Amino acid sequence: MTNATSPQALAPHLFGISFIELNARERARSLMDEGSFEELLGPFDRMKSPWLPAQGVVPQSDDGVVIARGAIDGCCTVVIAIEGMFQGGSIGEVSGTKIACALDLAYQDNEAGHRTYAVLLLETGGVRLQEANLGLAVIAEIQSSIIALRRHTPVVGVIAGMVGCFGGMAISAALCSHLIATREARLGLNGPEVIEQEAGVEEFDSTDRRLIWSTTGGAQRYETGFIDQLVKDDVAAIRTAVRIAFQQSLSAKNRTAEIDKYLAFLARVNPTERLDASVVRNLWKGA
Amino acid sequence: MNFEYPATNAVTQRAHVGVVGSGDLEVLLEPSPRDFASVQVCTSVDGYGTVWKAVLDRFFAKYSIKSRIEINDFGATPGMVALRLEQALERSKT
Repeated sequence: MTNATSPQALAPHLFGISFIELNARERARSLMDEGSFEELLGPFDRMKSPWLPAQGVVPQSDDGVVIARGAIDGCCTVVIAIEGMFQGGSIGEVSGTKIACALDLAYQDNEAGHRTYAVLLLETGGVRLQEANLGLAVIAEIQSSIIALRRHTPVVGVIAGMVGCFGGMAISAALCSHLIATREARLGLNGPEVIEQEAGVEEFDSTDRRLIWSTTGGAQRYETGFIDQLVKDDVAAIRTAVRIAFQQSLSAKNRTAEIDKYLAFLARVNPTERLDASVVRNLWKGA
Repeated sequence: MNFEYPATNAVTQRAHVGVVGSGDLEVLLEPSPRDFASVQVCTSVDGYGTVWKAVLDRFFAKYSIKSRIEINDFGATPGMVALRLEQALERSKT
């Protein structure tokens, strides 16, 4: 029990539970109402990647994606959690198909009149390079499934960190009706190493953490219109943010439909100038 | 790699612990009706068969469980492997 003078009440930030430190299954469980967590295609179903062992890579029994059905605050929800520790949360044929099919099942529920919410816990570098085109194809499936589902119910994305959300899955994140991130999170098309490799260290130094977070970090993405709620790394805070996202009206315009707004923003950017974080924030405020 | 041990004690529930991430492993433990424990190890590191055998010998000397165990390993140390096995067993009891 906590009361007004308990240490927990006086300094709640010292007593929170880190969401980042949880693995994918624990993250999904932590958001759902007690006892409601039910996993679909769990580890004992052994839906593993057939492509990784053929390339000498150890597979994981759930291919790094946890699909859980249950309730959040009594609302029927499917939580899709990507395990960032396994192959960088990369999307392969099996893991990606699990995500797309879970979204499609939620779509069918909604079509049949049973409101089912969807929450994506995004911790991914994007496509799994060992599975190449199969991974790319299934990311396209995920994206069409999100677009179909978000007409019925909010599709909520959470980027907690520390992997972040990159590549094709950053596009999937942008398609979500509502995005939640922590300051530790990152969101970007190319990761720092890829930018440095392709454009040179003068353009982007992938060892410079301040540069990385001031460009793609959660706080910067929030201040420049890519993220709807910036929350601290705490289970209770993320649960609350998800509940707020569920209340969002379906008539609210999706980010990807705000074409004029983003074109106006881009028109203000001078690509011959080097932009720092505060300049980008000001440009966004003026758009 | 495959290992087999004679076993006497029943396990009631299956259990899954761990992640195939750097320095870690996942363990899938299932009850078996046979008087054996069978272990299948898939690992990213070659050439440590004798170390795996030593870790498993010690575990099954302590816990003679009739089970089927699958391990997917991503370079875990022997101490980590022993802890994950104990954790899987503990979870199978709750």
